[in-house]
Amino acid sequence: MSFPWAKQYEPTNPVMKFMDEKLPLPRLVYNAVGAGYPVPRNLSYMWNFGVLAGFCLVLQIVTGVVLAMHYAANSGVAFDSIEHIMRDVNWGWAIRYAHANGASAFFAVIYLHIFRGFYYSSYKAPREMIWLLGVVIYLLMMATGFMGYVLPWGQMSFWGAKVITGLFGAIPVVGEPLQVWLLGGYAPDNAALNRFFSLHFMLPFVIAGVVILHIWALHIPGSSNPTGVEVKSESDTVPFHPYYTAKDGFGLGVFLLIYCAFLFFMPNALGHPDNYIPANPLSTPAHIVPEWYYWPFYAILRAFTFDFILPAKLWGVLAMFAAILVWFFLPWLDKSPVRSGNYRPLFRKFFWVLVADMALLFYLGGAPAEEPYVMISQIATAYYFLHFLVILPLLSSFERPDPLPFSITEAVLGSDDKAALKDGAGSAA
Amino acid sequence: MIRLAGILIGLVFTFVVLLAFVVGAYTAATEGMGEETAEHAFHLDPEHVEFAHDGLFPSWDLQQLQRGYQVYKEVCSACHSMNHVAFRNLEELGYTEEEVKAEAASWVVPGIDPDTGENSTRPGLPTDYFPSPYPNDVAAAAANNNAIPPDLSLMTKARHHGPAYVYSLLTGYQEPSAELAEEFPDSLPGPGLYHNPYFANLNLAMAPPLTADGQVTYADGTDASIDQMAQDVAAFLTWTAEPSLVDRKRTGWPVMGFLLFATILAWLAKKQIWAGLKPRKD
Repeated sequence: MSFPWAKQYEPTNPVMKFMDEKLPLPRLVYNAVGAGYPVPRNLSYMWNFGVLAGFCLVLQIVTGVVLAMHYAANSGVAFDSIEHIMRDVNWGWAIRYAHANGASAFFAVIYLHIFRGFYYSSYKAPREMIWLLGVVIYLLMMATGFMGYVLPWGQMSFWGAKVITGLFGAIPVVGEPLQVWLLGGYAPDNAALNRFFSLHFMLPFVIAGVVILHIWALHIPGSSNPTGVEVKSESDTVPFHPYYTAKDGFGLGVFLLIYCAFLFFMPNALGHPDNYIPANPLSTPAHIVPEWYYWPFYAILRAFTFDFILPAKLWGVLAMFAAILVWFFLPWLDKSPVRSGNYRPLFRKFFWVLVADMALLFYLGGAPAEEPYVMISQIATAYYFLHFLVILPLLSSFERPDPLPFSITEAVLGSDDKAALKDGAGSAA
Repeated sequence: MIRLAGILIGLVFTFVVLLAFVVGAYTAATEGMGEETAEHAFHLDPEHVEFAHDGLFPSWDLQQLQRGYQVYKEVCSACHSMNHVAFRNLEELGYTEEEVKAEAASWVVPGIDPDTGENSTRPGLPTDYFPSPYPNDVAAAAANNNAIPPDLSLMTKARHHGPAYVYSLLTGYQEPSAELAEEFPDSLPGPGLYHNPYFANLNLAMAPPLTADGQVTYADGTDASIDQMAQDVAAFLTWTAEPSLVDRKRTGWPVMGFLLFATILAWLAKKQIWAGLKPRKD
């Protein structure tokens, strides 16, 4: 499970010795995020976002549990109970804004974490399981975030719920009964609000469970690194503590500065004003938009406007789900033996096109469903699918990767004594 | 095998979405990019207004908020409720406890006759919330040409550029321009509607509420021009929408200061811990 040179946990304090014999929890922590976990010495700041995502999950659970003490999940009073939190609960405004902006922060961090994975091909063997679990976490987050946005029971809550659950109605034959079953009625109402609250409270703990599996799976091969070359010897690694606890501590500080700037100075910048209007089934908002973190997939959903054999709406729903499900297959779609984008010149270019494409889809998902936005989103959607399903599988056949360093040590220090040995052996043969 | 299936699925989605693009582009080329609308051509973004509570170092202008409250009470409250605000909250505007009691008592709120149990009315108490002008939505719609006057408590958070929007809307009533009448005769205000370029669809059912300078006689002697009244009530509605706004930003500064200090310490700690590693390790 770990490299042979990993430090061993040797408690000297009698209490810790007692603990270690009966329930080796300190040992688990020591080996997971302490000195007992050797980590490549060359991790960049792009490797901070896993810890930050874990922090966001804890933040959301803590603020969420407190909010649940004051919130009432009933369509008659939900909106008013949010205003009660904002006005009458001590520090209620801070807790609610911390939770609402915490969701945005969580997604921002997760997107950076995922794109780190794309660039350095973190999904490749031997880390497929870490990646698969990560995509599961992301899907759970999307479900949790969606249901959380419904709880204030504002206009966007209501109409967002209606549009998103309406997607299930596009499924042939079972679609409509399924939608009615999910909502507990023909339109979002008290039944839907109540079950969304129940699920919104429960799912974060499921996420926490999958996060444990994600970290467990990570500790089997160990962390990846910017060269994509696997750890070969002790000089390639440093103990997680104190090296990466210190680096993550600094990253956490920067993250908190940005997060608090939103929380205290522009807490509604990422929300929609319409959600301060109570839900009204008789009045449709001019533009129904989900929260910003769903925009790329919302743009893909709306890009399918033409009935080709199947209805356009069904194409949109299929494409939206496919756009995320395709991530599950990345370990087998991308066959290049080189992991890091640093050594794949052609891949690197396409990666940045994908980043630009995603940024464009972000923008288009929040824009109204009119021309020219729809036409641009169709081109952007086409590239999205081409990138993952056509370009990535074919790329390794054409690409000539740059030479890799022998080891992490060589990449960091310019030379590695063991590499010289290898070269000598090579020339002798 | 997975790669082959992937390529095929990818090509199918690409084909369908590009087909939709071609159809859309053909429609755009033959029929144009959709009609120009009156809303698009004549809608105006809100005017810029400055308030004491703007920016990074805000404070409430209590005099202005009190004036704004007076405008709400004497003008807006005839049609608009404010049901998230209680009379006790007025103490935050600088009124004393006694003044709030007297102010609450000057409002009539729904009550129950203690002798008969019949619905009746009574003078307000500080714990009461501002009463609605109408008993229910049906009555509100019936009295207002079928348009229900929205609750004002959260108005400045429920619109883009909230306070500026409220100010612009209140001062923005005007006759429709000749170009509008010529290009979009259908967008001229119908019966019971009023033209206002700051309103989303240009025509709203609310009659101009601020019609004359001096409509309100301010207790503090400020000249009650229409512009002044609109600014004051916009400021007041910023407070009703978020009474914690000033507290929030003032709390933010020490938090940011602490975090900045902690982050600098974390940076120095990180530098020191890694310093031993940078040169040759062996």
